[in-house]
Amino acid sequence: MLEFFQYQFMQRALIAAVLVSVACGVVGSYVVIKRIVALSGAISHAAFGGVGLGYFLGVNPVLAAIPFSIISAIGIGAVKQKVKISEDTAIGILWSVGMALGVIFINLTPGYAPDLFSYLFGSILTVSNSDIYIMLFLDLIIIATVYLFRREFLSVSFDEEFSKVAGLPASWIYMLLLALVALSVVVLIKVVGVILIIALLTIPAAIAMQYTYRLGMMILLAVGLGMLFTTVGLYISYLFNLASGATIVLVLGLAFLLSSLLKKDNW
Amino acid sequence: MKAVELNDISIKFNEQYVLKDISLCIDEKDFMAIIGPNGGGKSTLLKIILGILTPDNGEVKVFGREPKQAKDLIGYLPQKLSFDPDFPINVYETVLTGRYHGLFKGYNQKDKEAVLHTLKDVEMHDLKDRQISRLSGGQMQRVFIARAIVKGPKLLLMDEPMASIDPEMQNSFYKLMSQLKNQMAIVLVSHDVGAVSTHVDKIACLNRELYYHGSVENAANGLEEIYHCPIDLISHGIPHRVLREH
Repeated sequence: MLEFFQYQFMQRALIAAVLVSVACGVVGSYVVIKRIVALSGAISHAAFGGVGLGYFLGVNPVLAAIPFSIISAIGIGAVKQKVKISEDTAIGILWSVGMALGVIFINLTPGYAPDLFSYLFGSILTVSNSDIYIMLFLDLIIIATVYLFRREFLSVSFDEEFSKVAGLPASWIYMLLLALVALSVVVLIKVVGVILIIALLTIPAAIAMQYTYRLGMMILLAVGLGMLFTTVGLYISYLFNLASGATIVLVLGLAFLLSSLLKKDNW
Repeated sequence: MKAVELNDISIKFNEQYVLKDISLCIDEKDFMAIIGPNGGGKSTLLKIILGILTPDNGEVKVFGREPKQAKDLIGYLPQKLSFDPDFPINVYETVLTGRYHGLFKGYNQKDKEAVLHTLKDVEMHDLKDRQISRLSGGQMQRVFIARAIVKGPKLLLMDEPMASIDPEMQNSFYKLMSQLKNQMAIVLVSHDVGAVSTHVDKIACLNRELYYHGSVENAANGLEEIYHCPIDLISHGIPHRVLREH
């Protein structure tokens, strides 16, 4: 156990796991209560298109993915308000087209072909110091935004129509929430990958919601559970030499299953 | 001053009239039911009064103002909401969202007192810490009514309030309404004329156009008019009393 903590890459991975858990626990709580898990999945895959574009243009993939995914998030929010296509359909289109664009862009990129797999499952074991600073900065942005707009986020998540009637700029708040999701996805994509992002946005918050009816407590619990399960996942992956991202996802999935069964017993 | 004045309102969705040439006045202490079949434009009409929708033609005035300028004077009870049963919000917090002041403006002591006071009015004070899904349909509706009236509106708009409560709860709903109607104009929409007509003072009959508008009693004389309403509306189910006993 001790040697697990001695490797410098493992220490950095643990710090990354903590920072990721903060971002995903906070944003994920709103993703779960506003029921935009599928939409967040679509944004994550659209971000992948941005990553591909970055490689193709020869710029930093994460920087290219930021505008790409924020625009797609806001675009889908706008679609929802125009009601010309159902949100469901728009999610399916964005999801697949974003992914396909990423693949094609990387195909077209001459020379060095980046490892696509690392953007699906991330590479938490190769986190650099600058990645850690970027994630820390992201966490601060997320916490500040959520703190400033906590009343609006709660009201819009609960009842968008009433919020509008009460004079709240509901559409803007919804877009802001989607933009926050997009920003989290982009910054975390290299570290934990698309699939782990979805798992981390959804599962800790979903477990937390089973045990508390206070949003503040739910967020804290989601952050704590994220930290716990990512650490456990990392340790298991180290012990058995398994892919770390996928192991963390499975640990989260198992935790959710157990939690749901326990919750059922309590009824 | 009139609570609501609608002048020749029309609105189309996909080239189809949803509302056509509606003119309607609602007085300050009216207790009115807008009755019509599903898809007859009732909710659309409420949304126009609320300022969520803007009509293609016609003029809307709420207490002499544009609807968007009259937000603080309008309370709104939406149709039954769908939210996650585990949604982390309790009764108190739900009602507090009805006191929203604007971005970066928190809730103050006055807001908190208003919430507790309103919860007493709707007899939900004892359950103020209860998670919202752990309430019965009738209790939940009282909470949403509290959220609608916690700002002290002069007009309360309710979208199908009967749809979300059990029939046994209707009496206590109307008891609450009879307390509120001295303080504000109340307008509810319903597709069920039988459920509302013995309690409200006025009815308006809406199916794309406004067919009748006036006191419930006079509807007797205007039977011919009211029969312009789709027939199933008046006679659906067992034959029932449209009028108060007198």
